[in-house]
Amino acid sequence: MLQTISLFAPQLLLAVTASLLLGFGVSKDKDRSIIVRYIAVGLLILFAFIGLLLGQPTGEAFKGALRVDNYSHYVNMFMGLSAAAALMFSKSYFQTEKLDRYEYSVLVLYAVLGMSIMVSANSLLSLYIGIELQSLALYVMAAFNRDSLRASEAGLKYFVLGAISSGLLLYGSSLIYGFTGSLEFDRIAQVVSEGATPGIIAGMVFLLCGLAFKISAVPFHMWTPDVYEGSPTPVTGFFSAAPKFAAMALIARLVVGPFGDIVTQWQQVIIVLAVLSMFVGAIGALAQTNVKRLMAYSSIANMGYALVPLAAGTVAGVKGMLIFMSIYVITVIGIFACILQMRIRNGMVEQISDLSGLSKSNKSLAIILSLFMFSLMGIPPLLGFFGKWFAFAPAVEANLTWLVVLALIASVIGAFYYLRLVKTMWFEQPENEFVQAPKTLRGLSAISVLLVFPLLILPFIAVRSQGIIALAAESLF
Amino acid sequence: MVIGLAHYLVVAAILFTIGVFGIFVNRKNVIIILMCVELILLAVNINFVAFSAHMAEGAGNNPMAGQVFALFILTVAAAEAAVGLAILVVYFRNRGNIAVENIDLMKG
Repeated sequence: MLQTISLFAPQLLLAVTASLLLGFGVSKDKDRSIIVRYIAVGLLILFAFIGLLLGQPTGEAFKGALRVDNYSHYVNMFMGLSAAAALMFSKSYFQTEKLDRYEYSVLVLYAVLGMSIMVSANSLLSLYIGIELQSLALYVMAAFNRDSLRASEAGLKYFVLGAISSGLLLYGSSLIYGFTGSLEFDRIAQVVSEGATPGIIAGMVFLLCGLAFKISAVPFHMWTPDVYEGSPTPVTGFFSAAPKFAAMALIARLVVGPFGDIVTQWQQVIIVLAVLSMFVGAIGALAQTNVKRLMAYSSIANMGYALVPLAAGTVAGVKGMLIFMSIYVITVIGIFACILQMRIRNGMVEQISDLSGLSKSNKSLAIILSLFMFSLMGIPPLLGFFGKWFAFAPAVEANLTWLVVLALIASVIGAFYYLRLVKTMWFEQPENEFVQAPKTLRGLSAISVLLVFPLLILPFIAVRSQGIIALAAESLF
Repeated sequence: MVIGLAHYLVVAAILFTIGVFGIFVNRKNVIIILMCVELILLAVNINFVAFSAHMAEGAGNNPMAGQVFALFILTVAAAEAAVGLAILVVYFRNRGNIAVENIDLMKG
Protein backbone atom coordinates (compact mmCIF):
# COMPACT_ATOMS: atom_id res chain seq x y z
CA MET A 1 0.00 0.00 0.00
CA LEU A 2 2.72 2.44 1.02
CA GLN A 3 4.70 1.45 -2.05
CA THR A 4 1.71 2.08 -4.29
CA ILE A 5 1.28 5.54 -2.80
CA SER A 6 4.92 6.45 -3.30
CA LEU A 7 4.78 5.24 -6.91
CA PHE A 8 1.54 7.04 -7.55
CA ALA A 9 2.61 10.21 -5.71
CA PRO A 10 3.09 12.42 -8.80
CA GLN A 11 -0.36 11.62 -10.16
CA LEU A 12 -1.92 11.81 -6.72
CA LEU A 13 -0.42 15.27 -6.26
CA LEU A 14 -1.98 16.49 -9.50
CA ALA A 15 -5.35 14.84 -8.95
CA VAL A 16 -5.82 16.19 -5.44
CA THR A 17 -4.49 19.67 -6.03
CA ALA A 18 -6.32 20.13 -9.34
CA SER A 19 -9.60 19.32 -7.63
CA LEU A 20 -8.78 21.64 -4.72
CA LEU A 21 -7.85 24.45 -7.11
CA LEU A 22 -11.13 23.99 -8.93
CA GLY A 23 -12.89 24.82 -5.70
CA PHE A 24 -10.46 27.55 -4.69
CA GLY A 25 -10.90 29.40 -7.96
CA VAL A 26 -14.58 29.97 -7.39
CA SER A 27 -15.05 33.38 -5.86
CA LYS A 28 -17.95 35.75 -5.85
CA ASP A 29 -16.16 39.05 -6.15
CA LYS A 30 -12.50 38.40 -6.92
CA ASP A 31 -10.90 37.04 -10.06
CA ARG A 32 -8.48 34.40 -8.87
CA SER A 33 -7.17 33.34 -12.26
CA ILE A 34 -3.71 34.84 -11.73
CA ILE A 35 -3.01 33.21 -8.40
CA VAL A 36 -4.43 29.90 -9.61
CA ARG A 37 -2.10 30.06 -12.62
CA TYR A 38 0.98 30.60 -10.44
CA ILE A 39 -0.03 27.79 -8.10
CA ALA A 40 -0.58 25.49 -11.09
CA VAL A 41 2.81 26.36 -12.56
CA GLY A 42 4.44 25.61 -9.21
CA LEU A 43 2.59 22.31 -8.99
CA LEU A 44 3.66 21.31 -12.49
CA ILE A 45 7.30 22.05 -11.67
CA LEU A 46 6.95 20.07 -8.45
CA PHE A 47 5.32 17.28 -10.47
CA ALA A 48 8.25 17.31 -12.89
CA PHE A 49 10.78 16.80 -10.13
CA ILE A 50 8.82 14.77 -7.59
CA GLY A 51 10.25 11.59 -9.06
CA LEU A 52 13.75 12.86 -8.32
CA LEU A 53 12.77 14.03 -4.83
CA LEU A 54 11.40 10.59 -3.96
CA GLY A 55 14.53 8.92 -5.28
CA GLN A 56 12.95 7.63 -8.50
CA PRO A 57 11.01 4.69 -7.08
CA THR A 58 10.28 1.97 -9.61
CA GLY A 59 7.76 -0.82 -9.60
CA GLU A 60 4.14 -1.60 -10.29
CA ALA A 61 1.22 0.13 -8.64
CA PHE A 62 -2.42 -0.98 -8.32
CA LYS A 63 -1.76 -4.66 -9.00
CA GLY A 64 0.11 -4.00 -12.22
CA ALA A 65 -2.22 -1.40 -13.70
CA LEU A 66 0.49 1.24 -13.67
CA ARG A 67 4.16 0.70 -14.13
CA VAL A 68 6.54 3.34 -12.87
CA ASP A 69 10.08 3.13 -14.19
CA ASN A 70 12.89 5.41 -15.33
CA TYR A 71 11.09 5.85 -18.62
CA SER A 72 7.96 7.29 -17.07
CA HIS A 73 10.03 9.46 -14.70
CA TYR A 74 11.88 10.97 -17.63
CA VAL A 75 8.78 11.61 -19.76
CA ASN A 76 6.88 12.99 -16.75
CA MET A 77 9.67 15.46 -16.11
CA PHE A 78 9.53 16.76 -19.66
CA MET A 79 5.75 16.91 -19.74
CA GLY A 80 5.58 18.76 -16.44
CA LEU A 81 8.14 21.37 -17.49
CA SER A 82 6.67 21.92 -20.95
CA ALA A 83 3.16 22.22 -19.53
CA ALA A 84 4.43 24.73 -16.97
CA ALA A 85 6.04 26.74 -19.77
CA ALA A 86 2.86 26.56 -21.84
CA LEU A 87 0.84 27.75 -18.85
CA MET A 88 3.22 30.66 -18.30
CA PHE A 89 3.02 31.88 -21.84
CA SER A 90 -0.76 31.75 -21.82
CA LYS A 91 -0.83 34.56 -19.24
CA SER A 92 -0.29 37.67 -21.32
CA TYR A 93 -2.31 36.36 -24.26
CA PHE A 94 -5.36 35.52 -22.21
CA GLN A 95 -5.17 38.78 -20.31
CA THR A 96 -5.11 40.92 -23.45
CA GLU A 97 -7.85 38.86 -25.06
CA LYS A 98 -9.88 39.12 -21.82
CA LEU A 99 -10.15 35.35 -21.65
CA ASP A 100 -8.36 34.81 -18.39
CA ARG A 101 -10.34 32.23 -16.46
CA TYR A 102 -8.90 30.06 -13.76
CA GLU A 103 -10.40 26.91 -15.28
CA TYR A 104 -7.69 26.95 -17.92
CA SER A 105 -4.96 26.21 -15.37
CA VAL A 106 -7.05 23.44 -13.83
CA LEU A 107 -7.64 21.90 -17.26
CA VAL A 108 -3.90 21.91 -17.91
CA LEU A 109 -3.38 20.06 -14.63
CA TYR A 110 -5.99 17.44 -15.52
CA ALA A 111 -4.53 17.01 -19.01
CA VAL A 112 -1.06 16.44 -17.55
CA LEU A 113 -2.54 13.97 -15.06
CA GLY A 114 -4.06 12.02 -17.97
CA MET A 115 -0.79 12.11 -19.86
CA SER A 116 1.22 10.84 -16.92
CA ILE A 117 -1.21 7.94 -16.53
CA MET A 118 -0.77 7.25 -20.24
CA VAL A 119 2.99 7.00 -20.08
CA SER A 120 2.97 4.65 -17.13
CA ALA A 121 0.02 2.58 -18.32
CA ASN A 122 0.63 -1.12 -17.96
CA SER A 123 -2.78 -2.43 -18.91
CA LEU A 124 -5.28 -1.57 -21.64
CA LEU A 125 -7.71 -0.20 -19.08
CA SER A 126 -5.31 2.34 -17.57
CA LEU A 127 -4.19 3.24 -21.09
CA TYR A 128 -7.78 4.07 -22.03
CA ILE A 129 -8.51 5.99 -18.86
CA GLY A 130 -5.32 8.02 -19.26
CA ILE A 131 -6.06 8.88 -22.87
CA GLU A 132 -9.63 9.91 -22.14
CA LEU A 133 -8.65 12.01 -19.14
CA GLN A 134 -6.16 13.83 -21.30
CA SER A 135 -8.45 14.18 -24.33
CA LEU A 136 -11.51 15.45 -22.48
CA ALA A 137 -9.41 18.24 -20.99
CA LEU A 138 -7.86 19.03 -24.38
CA TYR A 139 -11.23 19.23 -26.18
CA VAL A 140 -12.38 21.89 -23.77
CA MET A 141 -9.09 23.77 -24.04
CA ALA A 142 -9.35 23.90 -27.84
CA ALA A 143 -12.75 25.58 -27.55
CA PHE A 144 -11.65 27.74 -24.64
CA ASN A 145 -12.30 31.01 -26.43
CA ARG A 146 -15.98 30.35 -26.39
CA ASP A 147 -17.07 33.52 -28.10
CA SER A 148 -14.95 32.83 -31.14
CA LEU A 149 -16.43 30.86 -34.01
CA ARG A 150 -13.02 29.58 -35.03
CA ALA A 151 -12.17 28.27 -31.59
CA SER A 152 -15.49 26.51 -31.14
CA GLU A 153 -15.19 24.99 -34.60
CA ALA A 154 -11.70 23.78 -33.71
CA GLY A 155 -13.04 22.26 -30.50
CA LEU A 156 -15.87 20.54 -32.34
CA LYS A 157 -13.57 19.07 -34.99
CA TYR A 158 -11.08 17.94 -32.38
CA PHE A 159 -13.85 16.34 -30.36
CA VAL A 160 -15.40 14.40 -33.25
CA LEU A 161 -12.10 13.08 -34.58
CA GLY A 162 -10.82 12.38 -31.09
CA ALA A 163 -13.96 10.36 -30.38
CA ILE A 164 -13.41 8.29 -33.54
CA SER A 165 -9.83 7.69 -32.49
CA SER A 166 -10.85 6.44 -29.07
CA GLY A 167 -13.43 4.23 -30.80
CA LEU A 168 -10.71 2.66 -32.95
CA LEU A 169 -8.47 2.28 -29.95
CA LEU A 170 -11.20 0.58 -27.93
CA TYR A 171 -12.12 -1.76 -30.75
CA GLY A 172 -8.47 -2.77 -30.94
CA SER A 173 -8.34 -3.26 -27.17
CA SER A 174 -11.44 -5.46 -27.26
CA LEU A 175 -9.92 -7.69 -29.94
CA ILE A 176 -6.66 -7.98 -28.05
CA TYR A 177 -8.56 -8.78 -24.86
CA GLY A 178 -10.62 -11.42 -26.63
CA PHE A 179 -7.69 -13.18 -28.24
CA THR A 180 -5.24 -13.00 -25.36
CA GLY A 181 -7.65 -13.25 -22.45
CA SER A 182 -6.13 -10.42 -20.47
CA LEU A 183 -5.77 -6.66 -20.30
CA GLU A 184 -2.38 -6.72 -18.60
CA PHE A 185 0.56 -5.90 -20.84
CA ASP A 186 2.75 -8.61 -19.28
CA ARG A 187 0.21 -11.33 -19.93
CA ILE A 188 -0.43 -10.03 -23.48
CA ALA A 189 3.32 -10.14 -24.16
CA GLN A 190 3.41 -13.72 -22.93
CA VAL A 191 0.55 -14.82 -25.20
CA VAL A 192 1.97 -12.89 -28.15
CA SER A 193 5.36 -14.57 -27.73
CA GLU A 194 3.68 -17.98 -27.98
CA GLY A 195 2.38 -17.05 -31.41
CA ALA A 196 0.34 -14.11 -32.63
CA THR A 197 -3.04 -14.94 -34.13
CA PRO A 198 -4.60 -12.73 -36.83
CA GLY A 199 -7.04 -11.43 -34.19
CA ILE A 200 -4.22 -10.06 -32.06
CA ILE A 201 -2.54 -8.46 -35.06
CA ALA A 202 -5.81 -6.85 -36.19
CA GLY A 203 -6.32 -5.53 -32.66
CA MET A 204 -2.80 -4.15 -32.59
CA VAL A 205 -3.32 -2.34 -35.89
CA PHE A 206 -6.56 -0.78 -34.61
CA LEU A 207 -4.79 0.25 -31.42
CA LEU A 208 -1.93 1.86 -33.33
CA CYS A 209 -4.40 3.67 -35.63
CA GLY A 210 -6.18 5.10 -32.60
CA LEU A 211 -2.88 6.30 -31.16
CA ALA A 212 -1.75 7.68 -34.53
CA PHE A 213 -4.63 10.15 -34.24
CA LYS A 214 -3.13 11.45 -31.02
CA ILE A 215 0.29 12.09 -32.53
CA SER A 216 -1.38 13.36 -35.73
CA ALA A 217 0.42 10.91 -37.99
CA VAL A 218 -0.81 10.76 -41.57
CA PRO A 219 -3.43 9.45 -42.60
CA PHE A 220 -4.97 10.44 -39.26
CA HIS A 221 -3.81 14.06 -39.35
CA MET A 222 -6.82 15.88 -40.84
CA TRP A 223 -7.76 17.56 -37.58
CA THR A 224 -4.31 19.00 -36.85
CA PRO A 225 -4.13 22.08 -39.12
CA ASP A 226 -7.69 23.16 -38.30
CA VAL A 227 -7.35 22.67 -34.57
CA TYR A 228 -3.98 24.40 -34.48
CA GLU A 229 -5.32 27.35 -36.45
CA GLY A 230 -8.58 27.73 -34.57
CA SER A 231 -7.46 27.28 -30.98
CA PRO A 232 -6.07 30.22 -29.02
CA THR A 233 -2.31 30.42 -29.70
CA PRO A 234 -1.10 29.38 -26.20
CA VAL A 235 -3.36 26.33 -26.41
CA THR A 236 -1.80 25.46 -29.76
CA GLY A 237 1.62 25.74 -28.15
CA PHE A 238 0.53 23.38 -25.41
CA PHE A 239 -0.98 20.90 -27.91
CA SER A 240 2.17 20.66 -29.93
CA ALA A 241 4.42 19.88 -26.97
CA ALA A 242 3.28 17.74 -24.04
CA PRO A 243 0.41 15.67 -25.55
CA LYS A 244 2.54 14.70 -28.55
CA PHE A 245 5.36 13.56 -26.30
CA ALA A 246 2.96 11.57 -24.11
CA ALA A 247 1.30 9.80 -27.05
CA MET A 248 4.64 9.04 -28.65
CA ALA A 249 5.95 7.65 -25.36
CA LEU A 250 2.83 5.51 -25.05
CA ILE A 251 3.30 4.11 -28.56
CA ALA A 252 6.88 3.22 -27.74
CA ARG A 253 5.84 1.49 -24.51
CA LEU A 254 3.14 -0.43 -26.35
CA VAL A 255 5.19 -1.65 -29.29
CA VAL A 256 8.23 -2.78 -27.33
CA GLY A 257 6.23 -4.07 -24.34
CA PRO A 258 3.24 -6.27 -25.20
CA PHE A 259 4.08 -6.50 -28.89
CA GLY A 260 7.84 -6.78 -28.52
CA ASP A 261 7.85 -10.23 -30.13
CA ILE A 262 6.08 -9.31 -33.33
CA VAL A 263 8.41 -6.56 -34.46
CA THR A 264 7.99 -7.39 -38.13
CA GLN A 265 4.23 -6.89 -37.91
CA TRP A 266 4.11 -3.51 -36.23
CA GLN A 267 7.22 -2.28 -37.97
CA GLN A 268 5.27 -2.12 -41.23
CA VAL A 269 2.53 -0.02 -39.66
CA ILE A 270 5.03 2.37 -38.08
CA ILE A 271 7.02 2.70 -41.32
CA VAL A 272 3.92 3.52 -43.36
CA LEU A 273 2.86 6.13 -40.77
CA ALA A 274 6.37 7.60 -40.68
CA VAL A 275 6.85 7.90 -44.45
CA LEU A 276 3.40 9.37 -45.06
CA SER A 277 3.72 11.85 -42.18
CA MET A 278 7.12 13.08 -43.25
CA PHE A 279 6.06 13.78 -46.81
CA VAL A 280 2.57 15.11 -46.18
CA GLY A 281 3.99 17.31 -43.42
CA ALA A 282 6.76 18.65 -45.63
CA ILE A 283 4.71 19.16 -48.79
CA GLY A 284 1.52 20.34 -47.10
CA ALA A 285 3.37 23.15 -45.36
CA LEU A 286 4.65 24.66 -48.59
CA ALA A 287 1.39 26.38 -49.44
CA GLN A 288 0.53 27.68 -45.96
CA THR A 289 0.32 31.36 -45.18
CA ASN A 290 -0.71 31.08 -41.54
CA VAL A 291 2.04 30.56 -38.98
CA LYS A 292 -0.07 28.25 -36.82
CA ARG A 293 -1.04 26.06 -39.79
CA LEU A 294 2.62 25.99 -40.76
CA MET A 295 3.50 24.77 -37.27
CA ALA A 296 0.77 22.12 -37.57
CA TYR A 297 2.31 20.69 -40.72
CA SER A 298 5.74 21.01 -39.18
CA SER A 299 4.59 18.96 -36.20
CA ILE A 300 3.10 16.31 -38.52
CA ALA A 301 6.46 16.04 -40.29
CA ASN A 302 8.36 15.91 -37.00
CA MET A 303 6.16 13.11 -35.69
CA GLY A 304 7.14 11.24 -38.85
CA TYR A 305 10.83 11.71 -38.03
CA ALA A 306 10.22 10.56 -34.44
CA LEU A 307 8.61 7.35 -35.71
CA VAL A 308 11.71 6.51 -37.79
CA PRO A 309 13.90 5.37 -34.85
CA LEU A 310 10.91 3.63 -33.29
CA ALA A 311 10.57 1.48 -36.41
CA ALA A 312 13.95 -0.04 -35.53
CA GLY A 313 12.41 -1.52 -32.38
CA THR A 314 15.70 -1.49 -30.46
CA VAL A 315 16.89 0.16 -27.24
CA ALA A 316 18.85 2.62 -29.34
CA GLY A 317 15.69 3.32 -31.32
CA VAL A 318 13.65 4.19 -28.24
CA LYS A 319 16.53 6.31 -27.01
CA GLY A 320 16.69 8.11 -30.35
CA MET A 321 12.95 8.76 -30.19
CA LEU A 322 13.25 10.18 -26.66
CA ILE A 323 16.13 12.47 -27.62
CA PHE A 324 14.36 13.66 -30.75
CA MET A 325 11.08 14.32 -28.95
CA SER A 326 12.78 16.14 -26.06
CA ILE A 327 14.57 18.46 -28.46
CA TYR A 328 11.41 18.97 -30.47
CA VAL A 329 9.45 19.90 -27.35
CA ILE A 330 12.08 22.45 -26.28
CA THR A 331 12.15 23.99 -29.76
CA VAL A 332 8.40 24.16 -30.14
CA ILE A 333 7.94 25.80 -26.74
CA GLY A 334 10.51 28.39 -27.77
CA ILE A 335 8.85 29.03 -31.12
CA PHE A 336 5.44 29.55 -29.58
CA ALA A 337 6.92 31.87 -26.96
CA CYS A 338 8.30 33.88 -29.90
CA ILE A 339 5.04 33.85 -31.85
CA LEU A 340 3.13 35.01 -28.77
CA GLN A 341 5.57 37.87 -28.26
CA MET A 342 4.81 39.42 -31.59
CA ARG A 343 1.81 41.59 -31.22
CA ILE A 344 1.00 44.11 -33.89
CA ARG A 345 -1.43 46.95 -33.46
CA ASN A 346 -4.54 45.13 -34.60
CA GLY A 347 -3.96 41.83 -32.84
CA MET A 348 -1.65 38.84 -32.80
CA VAL A 349 0.71 37.83 -35.58
CA GLU A 350 -0.98 35.02 -37.48
CA GLN A 351 0.10 35.42 -41.09
CA ILE A 352 3.63 34.71 -42.24
CA SER A 353 3.65 38.01 -44.14
CA ASP A 354 3.14 39.83 -40.82
CA LEU A 355 6.66 38.79 -39.91
CA SER A 356 8.25 40.74 -42.75
CA GLY A 357 11.11 42.94 -41.70
CA LEU A 358 11.16 41.64 -38.15
CA SER A 359 14.96 41.91 -38.22
CA LYS A 360 14.69 45.69 -38.51
CA SER A 361 12.06 46.27 -35.88
CA ASN A 362 13.14 43.66 -33.34
CA LYS A 363 16.53 42.22 -34.06
CA SER A 364 16.95 39.94 -31.05
CA LEU A 365 13.59 38.26 -31.63
CA ALA A 366 14.45 37.72 -35.28
CA ILE A 367 17.76 36.12 -34.32
CA ILE A 368 16.06 33.82 -31.80
CA LEU A 369 13.33 32.76 -34.20
CA SER A 370 15.86 32.14 -36.96
CA LEU A 371 17.90 29.96 -34.61
CA PHE A 372 14.80 27.88 -33.88
CA MET A 373 14.07 27.53 -37.57
CA PHE A 374 17.63 26.43 -38.28
CA SER A 375 17.35 23.98 -35.39
CA LEU A 376 14.16 22.49 -36.85
CA MET A 377 15.90 22.20 -40.21
CA GLY A 378 18.75 20.35 -38.51
CA ILE A 379 21.68 22.64 -39.24
CA PRO A 380 24.77 21.26 -37.42
CA PRO A 381 25.81 23.31 -34.41
CA LEU A 382 22.19 23.55 -33.25
CA LEU A 383 20.46 20.94 -31.17
CA GLY A 384 18.02 19.96 -33.92
CA PHE A 385 20.88 18.41 -35.84
CA PHE A 386 21.72 16.12 -32.95
CA GLY A 387 18.06 15.22 -32.57
CA LYS A 388 17.93 14.02 -36.15
CA TRP A 389 21.32 12.37 -35.81
CA PHE A 390 20.25 10.26 -32.84
CA ALA A 391 16.89 9.57 -34.45
CA PHE A 392 18.23 8.34 -37.76
CA ALA A 393 21.35 6.45 -36.61
CA PRO A 394 19.41 3.54 -34.95
CA ALA A 395 17.31 3.11 -38.08
CA VAL A 396 20.47 2.75 -40.19
CA GLU A 397 21.79 0.17 -37.73
CA ALA A 398 18.52 -1.77 -38.09
CA ASN A 399 18.95 -1.96 -41.87
CA LEU A 400 16.33 0.66 -42.61
CA THR A 401 18.70 2.85 -44.63
CA TRP A 402 16.08 3.50 -47.31
CA LEU A 403 13.73 4.89 -44.66
CA VAL A 404 16.44 7.26 -43.46
CA VAL A 405 17.10 8.37 -47.05
CA LEU A 406 13.39 9.17 -47.42
CA ALA A 407 13.47 11.05 -44.11
CA LEU A 408 16.43 13.11 -45.30
CA ILE A 409 14.65 13.95 -48.58
CA ALA A 410 11.59 15.03 -46.60
CA SER A 411 13.68 17.22 -44.32
CA VAL A 412 15.28 18.90 -47.33
CA ILE A 413 11.80 19.68 -48.68
CA GLY A 414 10.85 20.86 -45.20
CA ALA A 415 13.87 23.17 -45.05
CA PHE A 416 12.24 25.23 -47.80
CA TYR A 417 9.41 26.59 -45.68
CA TYR A 418 11.55 27.17 -42.62
CA LEU A 419 13.93 29.12 -44.84
CA ARG A 420 11.04 31.07 -46.31
CA LEU A 421 10.13 32.21 -42.82
CA VAL A 422 13.73 33.28 -42.23
CA LYS A 423 13.76 35.12 -45.54
CA THR A 424 10.55 36.97 -44.69
CA MET A 425 12.06 38.11 -41.42
CA TRP A 426 15.41 39.29 -42.76
CA PHE A 427 15.02 40.35 -46.38
CA GLU A 428 11.62 41.96 -46.63
CA GLN A 429 10.53 45.47 -45.82
CA PRO A 430 8.90 45.98 -42.43
CA GLU A 431 5.18 46.52 -42.59
CA ASN A 432 4.07 46.43 -39.01
CA GLU A 433 5.14 47.94 -35.80
CA PHE A 434 5.44 45.45 -33.00
CA VAL A 435 4.30 46.13 -29.51
CA GLN A 436 6.73 45.55 -26.63
CA ALA A 437 6.48 41.96 -25.43
CA PRO A 438 5.90 40.98 -21.80
CA LYS A 439 8.85 39.78 -19.72
CA THR A 440 7.77 36.17 -19.13
CA LEU A 441 7.58 35.47 -22.85
CA ARG A 442 10.96 37.02 -23.53
CA GLY A 443 12.41 34.97 -20.67
CA LEU A 444 10.89 31.72 -21.92
CA SER A 445 12.11 32.15 -25.47
CA ALA A 446 15.55 33.12 -24.19
CA ILE A 447 15.71 30.02 -21.98
CA SER A 448 14.72 27.66 -24.76
CA VAL A 449 17.06 29.24 -27.26
CA LEU A 450 19.87 28.86 -24.74
CA LEU A 451 18.92 25.19 -24.37
CA VAL A 452 18.86 24.70 -28.12
CA PHE A 453 22.19 26.46 -28.49
CA PRO A 454 24.57 26.09 -26.76
CA LEU A 455 23.69 24.77 -23.29
CA LEU A 456 22.54 21.23 -24.05
CA ILE A 457 25.42 20.73 -26.48
CA LEU A 458 28.10 21.36 -23.84
CA PRO A 459 29.80 17.99 -23.45
CA PHE A 460 29.40 17.61 -19.70
CA ILE A 461 25.65 18.22 -19.94
CA ALA A 462 25.08 16.31 -23.17
CA VAL A 463 26.86 13.15 -22.01
CA ARG A 464 25.04 13.07 -18.68
CA SER A 465 21.61 13.67 -20.19
CA GLN A 466 22.31 11.00 -22.78
CA GLY A 467 23.05 8.62 -19.93
CA ILE A 468 19.71 9.45 -18.29
CA ILE A 469 17.85 8.93 -21.55
CA ALA A 470 19.64 5.65 -22.19
CA LEU A 471 18.60 4.41 -18.74
CA ALA A 472 15.03 5.46 -19.46
CA ALA A 473 15.00 3.61 -22.77
CA GLU A 474 16.53 0.48 -21.25
CA SER A 475 13.87 0.29 -18.55
CA LEU A 476 11.27 -0.46 -21.23
CA PHE A 477 12.89 -3.68 -22.36
CA MET B 1 -29.36 -22.39 -33.81
CA VAL B 2 -26.97 -21.76 -30.99
CA ILE B 3 -25.87 -18.18 -30.68
CA GLY B 4 -22.11 -18.31 -30.26
CA LEU B 5 -19.25 -15.88 -29.85
CA ALA B 6 -18.93 -15.39 -33.61
CA HIS B 7 -22.47 -14.03 -33.89
CA TYR B 8 -21.83 -11.40 -31.27
CA LEU B 9 -18.57 -10.40 -32.90
CA VAL B 10 -20.25 -10.03 -36.29
CA VAL B 11 -23.01 -7.85 -34.83
CA ALA B 12 -20.41 -5.72 -33.08
CA ALA B 13 -18.35 -5.41 -36.26
CA ILE B 14 -21.43 -4.35 -38.24
CA LEU B 15 -22.39 -1.77 -35.62
CA PHE B 16 -18.84 -0.47 -35.54
CA THR B 17 -18.76 -0.10 -39.33
CA ILE B 18 -22.14 1.65 -39.36
CA GLY B 19 -20.82 4.03 -36.73
CA VAL B 20 -17.63 4.86 -38.60
CA PHE B 21 -19.43 5.25 -41.92
CA GLY B 22 -22.11 7.34 -40.30
CA ILE B 23 -19.50 9.83 -39.19
CA PHE B 24 -17.86 10.18 -42.57
CA VAL B 25 -20.87 9.88 -44.88
CA ASN B 26 -23.32 11.98 -42.88
CA ARG B 27 -23.48 15.55 -44.20
CA LYS B 28 -26.49 16.80 -42.29
CA ASN B 29 -26.24 17.18 -38.58
CA VAL B 30 -23.61 17.06 -35.87
CA ILE B 31 -26.00 15.34 -33.48
CA ILE B 32 -25.97 12.34 -35.81
CA ILE B 33 -22.19 12.27 -35.49
CA LEU B 34 -22.55 12.13 -31.70
CA MET B 35 -25.00 9.26 -32.07
CA CYS B 36 -22.52 7.44 -34.32
CA VAL B 37 -19.82 7.87 -31.70
CA GLU B 38 -22.10 6.24 -29.14
CA LEU B 39 -22.78 3.44 -31.61
CA ILE B 40 -19.06 2.76 -31.95
CA LEU B 41 -18.63 2.64 -28.18
CA LEU B 42 -21.59 0.29 -27.77
CA ALA B 43 -20.20 -2.01 -30.46
CA VAL B 44 -17.00 -2.18 -28.45
CA ASN B 45 -19.02 -2.93 -25.33
CA ILE B 46 -20.76 -5.85 -27.03
CA ASN B 47 -17.34 -7.15 -28.03
CA PHE B 48 -16.01 -6.91 -24.50
CA VAL B 49 -18.99 -8.53 -22.84
CA ALA B 50 -19.22 -11.30 -25.43
CA PHE B 51 -15.53 -12.13 -25.11
CA SER B 52 -15.87 -12.04 -21.36
CA ALA B 53 -18.88 -14.36 -21.33
CA HIS B 54 -17.27 -16.92 -23.63
CA MET B 55 -13.84 -16.92 -22.04
CA ALA B 56 -12.57 -20.09 -20.42
CA GLU B 57 -11.50 -19.81 -16.77
CA GLY B 58 -7.89 -20.23 -15.81
CA ALA B 59 -4.54 -20.16 -17.60
CA GLY B 60 -4.08 -16.45 -17.09
CA ASN B 61 -7.47 -15.63 -18.59
CA ASN B 62 -9.41 -12.93 -16.85
CA PRO B 63 -13.12 -13.07 -17.76
CA MET B 64 -14.10 -10.36 -15.28
CA ALA B 65 -11.78 -7.76 -16.79
CA GLY B 66 -13.89 -7.42 -19.93
CA GLN B 67 -17.05 -6.62 -18.00
CA VAL B 68 -15.22 -4.13 -15.83
CA PHE B 69 -13.85 -2.49 -18.97
CA ALA B 70 -17.40 -2.28 -20.40
CA LEU B 71 -18.54 -0.43 -17.27
CA PHE B 72 -15.62 1.97 -17.57
CA ILE B 73 -16.49 2.61 -21.21
CA LEU B 74 -20.10 3.41 -20.29
CA THR B 75 -18.95 5.89 -17.68
CA VAL B 76 -16.38 7.58 -19.88
CA ALA B 77 -18.86 7.69 -22.80
CA ALA B 78 -21.25 9.65 -20.61
CA ALA B 79 -18.50 12.14 -19.73
CA GLU B 80 -17.50 12.38 -23.37
CA ALA B 81 -21.07 13.03 -24.48
CA ALA B 82 -21.34 15.79 -21.87
CA VAL B 83 -18.19 17.50 -23.12
CA GLY B 84 -19.19 17.01 -26.74
CA LEU B 85 -22.64 18.48 -26.27
CA ALA B 86 -21.19 21.41 -24.34
CA ILE B 87 -18.84 22.21 -27.22
CA LEU B 88 -21.74 21.79 -29.63
CA VAL B 89 -23.84 24.29 -27.68
CA VAL B 90 -20.97 26.79 -27.75
CA TYR B 91 -20.64 26.26 -31.48
CA PHE B 92 -24.36 26.69 -32.03
CA ARG B 93 -24.36 29.99 -30.14
CA ASN B 94 -21.63 31.35 -32.40
CA ARG B 95 -22.81 29.98 -35.69
CA GLY B 96 -26.57 29.70 -35.45
CA ASN B 97 -26.84 26.20 -36.87
CA ILE B 98 -25.13 22.83 -36.60
CA ALA B 99 -25.19 21.57 -40.18
CA VAL B 100 -22.05 19.58 -40.93
CA GLU B 101 -21.55 21.24 -44.32
CA ASN B 102 -21.28 24.63 -42.62
CA ILE B 103 -18.35 23.62 -40.43
CA ASP B 104 -15.86 24.81 -43.02
CA LEU B 105 -14.40 28.05 -41.72
CA MET B 106 -10.99 26.40 -41.83
CA LYS B 107 -10.16 23.97 -44.59
CA GLY B 108 -7.96 21.09 -43.55
